[in-house]
Amino acid sequence: MNFMSASGNPQLNKHGELNHLLTIEGLPREVLERILDIAAPFTGVAEREVKKVPLLRGKSVFNLFFENSTRTRTTFEIAAKRLSADVINLNISTSSANKGETLLDTADNLAAMQADMFVVRHASSGAPYLIAQHLAATGRDHIHVVNAGDGRHAHPTQGLLDMYTIRHYKKDFSQLTVAVVGDVLHSRVARSQIHALTTLGVPEVRVIAPKTLLPTGIDRLGVRVFNDMREGLRGVDVVMMLRLQNERMQGALLPSTQEYFKSWGLTPEKLALAKPDAIVMHPGPMNRGVEIDSAVADGSQAVILPQVTFGIAVRMAVMAMLAGNS
Amino acid sequence: MQLPDAEALCTALAEAMRPRVDPERIALVGIHTGGVWVAERLHAALGLKIPSGSMDVSFYRDDFNQRGLHANARSSHIPFDVEGAHVVIVDDVLYTGRTIRAAMNELFDFGRPARIDLAVLTDRGGRELPIAPTFCPHAMSLPAAQMLALERAADGGLSFRVMEK
Repeated sequence: MNFMSASGNPQLNKHGELNHLLTIEGLPREVLERILDIAAPFTGVAEREVKKVPLLRGKSVFNLFFENSTRTRTTFEIAAKRLSADVINLNISTSSANKGETLLDTADNLAAMQADMFVVRHASSGAPYLIAQHLAATGRDHIHVVNAGDGRHAHPTQGLLDMYTIRHYKKDFSQLTVAVVGDVLHSRVARSQIHALTTLGVPEVRVIAPKTLLPTGIDRLGVRVFNDMREGLRGVDVVMMLRLQNERMQGALLPSTQEYFKSWGLTPEKLALAKPDAIVMHPGPMNRGVEIDSAVADGSQAVILPQVTFGIAVRMAVMAMLAGNS
Repeated sequence: MQLPDAEALCTALAEAMRPRVDPERIALVGIHTGGVWVAERLHAALGLKIPSGSMDVSFYRDDFNQRGLHANARSSHIPFDVEGAHVVIVDDVLYTGRTIRAAMNELFDFGRPARIDLAVLTDRGGRELPIAPTFCPHAMSLPAAQMLALERAADGGLSFRVMEK
């Protein structure tokens, strides 16, 4: 059976609607804008007496986390619960996978438990694709797959919540200069951000990083590369910091975290080179004193905690859209 | 077919409500989009004190599994405490009653109102749920293939339009 839909994008069904969310790359601008539009009314749900809407009542959402995560898993869980879904959390790094069960066997078993949606986090790039492809090949593509981060590849809901945050504070993408700063090499977040920013029409996307932390061919993504942080931050509207991913590093890419902070840490002095009303974002968890100074992280330009709150509404919007596109 | 005059019905609806509501204590909730316009008219005509709310029932619709999420879902905004309030739900057209059921379900997620009434400009028949309006100055019968919608002109004037589904 052919995994590709009529549109050629495996995430879209035959009507061009979103059936899985696997990556932002290749999604049409209208789909991204629709997700952001739909997320807006979901932000109000948390302010009610009853913090729930009944859209996913009776649906079972399985959080399949093959890799550790606190924030992403928790916000997906809250989002699903605020949609009235039943949520089952599987921390698979400590379960059957350790006993030798394959990824697809795990998916098959959960599908046999009448799953309606899988939220998948995996250390290997492409794992959520593999599950979606397997479900399609076995006639079960009524089960939706959401990528909650796969290897170095993509973290689409993080990219979307970042776009929601930028739109909330800056209203419009068409005049912005946005800088993505730090460990781009190991970052699935950076890839999703860059694809989202360029798709939504941001005229200048800058990538600021040491050469050792840049993937080859990054310039083909339509970004301007800076190897000097001060130069790259000049006049930007949005600073998107990345976490230095020590756990993914092999070999000596960096001298030391202290050295890194000196050249690549966001301090008030470096932030002053950006526009006075520039916002500072970080996907978390933050390494204070490594990629970001506490004075910036806790400062008036930081929107790091609003990002977390908006993330719940964006994940509600994604899950509601997928569930409604059966 | 002769469509009712929406402006005249707004006036008639306000007059029907006037003797039976306390302008100090009732609160209106208009349903997007036509109901919000009608609620604005009623609020001014009746000199109400409590600011009106607006509601988009997209998250509470019973056809989500068939039709998915409504493309233009908006935020519901309830600027008063629903707990113990006397609420009048306002809509332009009463049809199957499913929108009103969804609106009542949503309202209860904001608190437990003391009383809910329903005010509409016209009842076009075709009810599928046991829901009846409290205030309704006009009734008509339309075939199921037709949709009756309220429209607002640039100058704010309200009028009805019939569309084929």
